[in-house]
Amino acid sequence: MFRRKRKAGDFSAEIEAHIRLEAERLREQGLSEKDARAAARRAFGNVTRAQEQFYESGRWLWWDYLWRDLRFALRLLRKSPGFSFVAVATLAVAIGANSVVFSALNAFLLRPLNVPQSESLYGLQFGGGHRGALSYPNYVDFRDRNRSFDGLAMYQMTRVGLDTGRNPTRAWLYEVSGNYFDVLKIQPYLGRLFHSSDEHGAGSAPYIVLSYAYWHGHFQDDAGVVGHRVEVNKRPYTIIGVAPPEFRGTFLLLSPDFFVPMVSFEDENDLNRRAGRWIFETIGHLKAGVTPAQAAADLSSIGDYLQKTYAKDNGKMNVSLSRAGLYGDTFGRPIRGFVAALMLLAALILLAACANLGSLFAARAADRSREIALRLALGSSRLRILRQLFTEALVISLTGGAIGILGGSLLLRRLMVWNPFPQFPTNVPLNPDASVYAVAALLAFVSGILFGAVPVKQVLHTDPYEIVKSGSVTKAGRRITFREVLVAVQIAICALLVTSSMVAVRGLMRSLHSNFGFEPDDVILADTDLTMAGYPDNAVPAMQKRMIETMQTIPGVTAVGLANCPPLAGCGASRADIFTDATSDLSPSNVAASPMMYQISPEFFAAAGAPLLAGRGFTWHDDKNAPRVAVINETFARKIFGSQTNALGRYYKSWNGTRIQVVGIVQDGKYTSLTEEPQAAMFLPILQSPSSQSFLIVRSESDPRQLAGAIRSSVLELDAGLPVFIQTWPESMDFFLFGSRMATASLGVLGALGAILSITGIFGIAAYSVSKRLRELGIRMALGAQWKEVLGAALGRAVKLLAFGSAAGLLLGILASRVLSSIVYQATSRDPLVLTGVVLAMALLGLVATWIPAQRALSIDPAILLREE
Amino acid sequence: MSTQEDKERLELLQGTLDLLILRTLIFGPHHGQGIARAIQQTSDEELLVEHGALYPALQRLEERGWISAKWGTSSNNRKARFYSLTAAGRKQLGKETNKWKRLAAAIGRILESEGG
Repeated sequence: MFRRKRKAGDFSAEIEAHIRLEAERLREQGLSEKDARAAARRAFGNVTRAQEQFYESGRWLWWDYLWRDLRFALRLLRKSPGFSFVAVATLAVAIGANSVVFSALNAFLLRPLNVPQSESLYGLQFGGGHRGALSYPNYVDFRDRNRSFDGLAMYQMTRVGLDTGRNPTRAWLYEVSGNYFDVLKIQPYLGRLFHSSDEHGAGSAPYIVLSYAYWHGHFQDDAGVVGHRVEVNKRPYTIIGVAPPEFRGTFLLLSPDFFVPMVSFEDENDLNRRAGRWIFETIGHLKAGVTPAQAAADLSSIGDYLQKTYAKDNGKMNVSLSRAGLYGDTFGRPIRGFVAALMLLAALILLAACANLGSLFAARAADRSREIALRLALGSSRLRILRQLFTEALVISLTGGAIGILGGSLLLRRLMVWNPFPQFPTNVPLNPDASVYAVAALLAFVSGILFGAVPVKQVLHTDPYEIVKSGSVTKAGRRITFREVLVAVQIAICALLVTSSMVAVRGLMRSLHSNFGFEPDDVILADTDLTMAGYPDNAVPAMQKRMIETMQTIPGVTAVGLANCPPLAGCGASRADIFTDATSDLSPSNVAASPMMYQISPEFFAAAGAPLLAGRGFTWHDDKNAPRVAVINETFARKIFGSQTNALGRYYKSWNGTRIQVVGIVQDGKYTSLTEEPQAAMFLPILQSPSSQSFLIVRSESDPRQLAGAIRSSVLELDAGLPVFIQTWPESMDFFLFGSRMATASLGVLGALGAILSITGIFGIAAYSVSKRLRELGIRMALGAQWKEVLGAALGRAVKLLAFGSAAGLLLGILASRVLSSIVYQATSRDPLVLTGVVLAMALLGLVATWIPAQRALSIDPAILLREE
Repeated sequence: MSTQEDKERLELLQGTLDLLILRTLIFGPHHGQGIARAIQQTSDEELLVEHGALYPALQRLEERGWISAKWGTSSNNRKARFYSLTAAGRKQLGKETNKWKRLAAAIGRILESEGG
């Protein structure tokens, strides 16, 4: 097809040369100049024909037609910018959505972990496929006894304090087995990695391998860090190397800052204890030729052996395998399901977009039926006309596709950088690769063909004779077409999405200002963990007291409290079983309640802004030597003592039977989520039930962010090696709002997509009806119809569809908001603002969609129209 | 049936011109006008080649790689496009010549038997 490069000019030159040579020869035979030339031409025959033959024989024709079709298509599209814009925008959105979703699919399902030969890398799941945990001795047995893997490695994620001599920071590490990097076939980027041969029992191999990102961010790519000494939770370690940039750990949802051998980190007791299941995940490459099922059977038999041999420590261990990267089915199944659902949705969006564009195209073809008929009458083949239409469709779809991919990859780049929870560094490489681009280009091409094919029948059935004679004839259709049903469904879905997203937005707005049982505004939480800084248990209370006192001296601070983990701070609050005072048998069946348990300092309630309803808070005298006391919330009081007034001064028993007196009652609050029902909670003095995990709760008069620096420096003044993480309370509540934020955002995005689709759908139907009935409308106008009547005739159907679809969608939306209220706090559709909002939004949408066709219907000049037709 | 016959005849005729061109080029490169002249002269003016019809044939042969072309100057110092036989073309000429001779002989035999 591309072989011949010969130009038509070259061919002409050859013919010219031929005639000149022939004429010269004839002149030599004695003819006159003029006669010779004429004779030469005669002998040659028809020059034009030869040139035409050359032209047609060549593959020029193909390119030429394409080029001509292309120019024609571009000219036509320029002539109707409204149509072109709508069509390109629709496709850009649909294909952009598809490429983003496909990238997610690609990241989560197609190339889960960025390690060599990730296709044979599997993770172990124990007991019914939901938990991955093992103890260290059990891991060692599985590692050494199995015959199915090329080595089994394991890892465990832990948050630690890292002191590099300058700024103590908190960091995530993977405690791993010595063979971790070798099993995964990872080569160092810098320095060396550790191996099994480095391990010599507990406390050996105090080596750190940094992740590339951490090295880049915290050590400024300094190659000199290898050999550097640092402290992890106050224990000395040596940096021995840096992992390659593409390796970000083996769990997609959390990438570590560095890796250490588990034997160096855990103490001997933990390494030797067979009971317990605390190793996060065990992974390995299957040996060549071993199927996952065979490997699972092999491992299960080891599990049986371990259960028999150490019956006291081990339960049943049924092993199954899952692809590594998403922690088996626990995260894998919902994520896979979610991504698959998204992909389906994206495909439906694209399909609906194609259907809508198809009807737009049919409208255009109807508009041009006269032109098409004329071209047919003048001898153009139907194939040529179809080819022209397809060229136009492809120009639109490829342009839309290009814009879609561009927008999609910009969005993906933003998503990659976006880290919703700064405490949890995620590890999802969403960057689009070649396969994403290929899929998007293919989708663009296929959709072009799809919607380009809609008017094919129309063109094939065009009867040039009839149309040229009498103009386009329309049988006024009364029946409802499939296309109209499709558009009505789209409108209904769009209205549903718009309703739900408005409900969600309103709920979210409300939940930001609802009653949490405490007042998070103007509070800073400073998270310190004294274990990380190497404090022995008996030194903890004194340090906590000193920290509180130091905070109180900062100007602008009004109250300072301390808690092991304040409510809604995302730190994993705990519960404890309690018994009524009358219970003497402390067996699990007699547990009266499992309230939330908070270990707090005096002044906690003042700092948290939690109003005490009755009784008192704690003082520093509520210590080990004083009688045990507690402050409980309203629900606790009602549940155990029947009423608030009843509860004050009464006793209950803790999990170990200690009698505790209720000295205060505090308002109910939200503890683990914003949508939860009221639940029981108790607050214990931190001196009576100590905790080394310490959140300082610092309330100030003004914008608390200004105090962050002062708080950090005063903590570091007390102990330069204490890692501290500072956030405002509302910021740490983001964790709890994440679900509703995500739901709101995705509903919003889907609503926008739905709106765009509905607009093209209505636009298509309206445009089609206007162009089909142009003549009729012209006659009506000539007979004196008013603009209202013209519009009614032209757009009545489209408007009816819109009204019907919106009503259905609104109803569905009201039903759906019940489901929504489980994700978004206080989501309700019984909200006049939501209802008017939806109606307004749908009306606006209708206005936008019918604007161009309405303009066209109104600008009909009956005189011109009737003369033309 | 009849369309097939038509097709064969057409190919035969086309093939003939191709064969003559290849044969002419065996003596060395020639430009288009030279080829037309040579065919006319060698056939004792029996064959009248329409010069214009020569070019599609040349085009075709060139595309198939049997002849190659480049611009040069003729004996009387005129620019012209010279065609020469390629190795593939030489092979093709042998095949075509053989085929043509067999065809001519066969047709000749049929015509003679009918005549006798």
